[in-house]
Amino acid sequence: MNPVELMYNKNHEYAKVEGNIVTLGITDHAQASLGDVVFVELPDEGAMVTGGTSYGTVESVKAVSDISASISGKVVEVNTLVMDKPELLNSDPYGEGWLIKVAVDDLSALENMMTFAEYETFLSEEEH
Amino acid sequence: MVELKRTPLYEEHQAAKAKLIDFGGWEMPVQYAGVIEEHQTVRTKAGLFDVSHMGEIDVRGKEALEFVQMLITNDVSKLEDGKILYSPMCYPDGGIIDDLLVYRYDSRRFLIVVNASNTAKDYTWMLEQAKNFDVDIDNVTDEYAQLALQGPRAETVLQRISNLNLSEINYYTFAHGEIDGVQCLISRTGYTGEDGFEIYVSPKYARQLWRKILEIGAPEGVEPIGLGARDTLRFEARLPLYGNELGAGISPLEAGLGLYVKLDKTAFIGRDALRAQKKQGIPRKLVGLEMIGRGIARSHYPLQKHGEEIGFVTSGSFSPTLNKNIALGLIRADQIAQGDVLDVLIRGKNVPAKVIPTLFYKRKDSFSS
Repeated sequence: MNPVELMYNKNHEYAKVEGNIVTLGITDHAQASLGDVVFVELPDEGAMVTGGTSYGTVESVKAVSDISASISGKVVEVNTLVMDKPELLNSDPYGEGWLIKVAVDDLSALENMMTFAEYETFLSEEEH
Repeated sequence: MVELKRTPLYEEHQAAKAKLIDFGGWEMPVQYAGVIEEHQTVRTKAGLFDVSHMGEIDVRGKEALEFVQMLITNDVSKLEDGKILYSPMCYPDGGIIDDLLVYRYDSRRFLIVVNASNTAKDYTWMLEQAKNFDVDIDNVTDEYAQLALQGPRAETVLQRISNLNLSEINYYTFAHGEIDGVQCLISRTGYTGEDGFEIYVSPKYARQLWRKILEIGAPEGVEPIGLGARDTLRFEARLPLYGNELGAGISPLEAGLGLYVKLDKTAFIGRDALRAQKKQGIPRKLVGLEMIGRGIARSHYPLQKHGEEIGFVTSGSFSPTLNKNIALGLIRADQIAQGDVLDVLIRGKNVPAKVIPTLFYKRKDSFSS
C-alpha cells in the first residue's frame, strides 16, 4: 500500500478504499510509538464492526492498545498472518501488517478522515 | 503537575533518543533500540542501565546492626563486612513495605538500597523505628548515581577499566575501587537474572562512566538498556517487583520469599504475624502461568478456576527468551497444582493458562544462591 493513497484518523489508524471494501490498519507512527508488537487480536470473518468503536487489540511488550474502526461494516477478511507474526505490524504496517477488510455500505464516514498531507500536518502539530 | 526528577544521565538518554517515561516520579528511559532487542543484548552480551533513581539510605551508629536486624526479615547477624543481603522489610502485620539490599561496611555502618518509588516512605519508616536505637539514618540518594552493567560479558568489559580484580568480587559482595580512575562502590548484584555489577558513584562522574563503559564495551556489543527490558529480564528470572508481586497487602511468605524470612532470629517487625501465618497455613501462593489460549495476562487481571475467582495476575508479559506468553499470579494456596489449568480473565473473556514452575529462566553458569 502506498501511504499517500490512504485515509487517516487521529488515532493513527488508516483506511484504504477499493470500491466498497475498506482495508484497516495502524500507521507507521502508531507502530513506532507502541514498540515491539507481540500480540494482535482481531474479530472473526463475518463479524460487524462499528465506526468509532474498538474492534481489536494490539499489545506491545509494555502496553495494551485498542484499535477502533473508522467506518461501520461487515468483516470480509482477517489478516491471520499478522496474528501469528505480530512483528509484521512493526516491519510493514502498510503492507503485510494490515488488519481487516470490511465491506461497507455507507462510505460517508470516510469524509471525516484526513488525507496523507493532512495527516502529515497533524503529526507535526502533535509533536509540538 | 509535580516536576519529574532527573538522573545525572538524563542528557545522555535524550541524546540517544531514548523514549522517556515517568517511573516513580523520575523521568527515566523505558527503551532505546526496542525492548526485545535490548532484552536479548543483556541475555547474550551485556547491557548498561541507568538505575540512579534507586534510593540509598545510610545507617550508622553503635547499634546499627541491632537496628537493621529489627527492621528486616532476613538475618543480618551472620553477614560479613563487604557482603550484601537481600531482604523484605515488613509492617507489624507482615505486609511488605519494600524489598531491599543491605550492604555491610562493618557492624556500625550499613548502606540500604531501596526501590525508587518507595524511598521517601522507607526513610520515614526507618526514622520512626530508630527512636530507641543509637543510630543515625540519612537519605543519601542524591549522593549516588547508580549504573548497572549486566550480562555474560559484563566482567570482561568492566575489568578493562578497573583497578580491582573483579573475578574476586563474588555474587552478593562489594568492594571499593576505581573504574576509569573514578572511585566507586562495585557490587556483584543485579536485577536481570544475569551475572553483572551495580556501580555506585558520585553523580558528577556518572556521565564519564556511562560514556566510557559504552565506548569500551562496543566491541562486545554493549548497549544502553531501558526500564522496559529491565522489567522483562527480572520477570523471566522470577525477581519480584514492588507494586506487582510485593505490596502492603502481601506477605513475603505468600510472595515466595520465605528463604529471606528468618522466623527464628531475634525479634523483628512483623515476626509474630508471619509466624502465625506460617503456623496457620500460608493463604496464597505465587505461581507461574503459561498461556494456552491466545492472549497476554497483564498485572491485576483476575484468575478463575471453574468460574470462581481464586486470585490475580501480578506480572505478565511476552517472554523474549522463551518466546511464549507467561505470567506470575497470586492465588489461593489450596487451589493449585503444577499442570492445573486456570482461566485468565482478559477483557471479559476467559483464556486458559497452565500452572508451571515460576523460575522461567535460569542462566547456565548460574551461581547457586
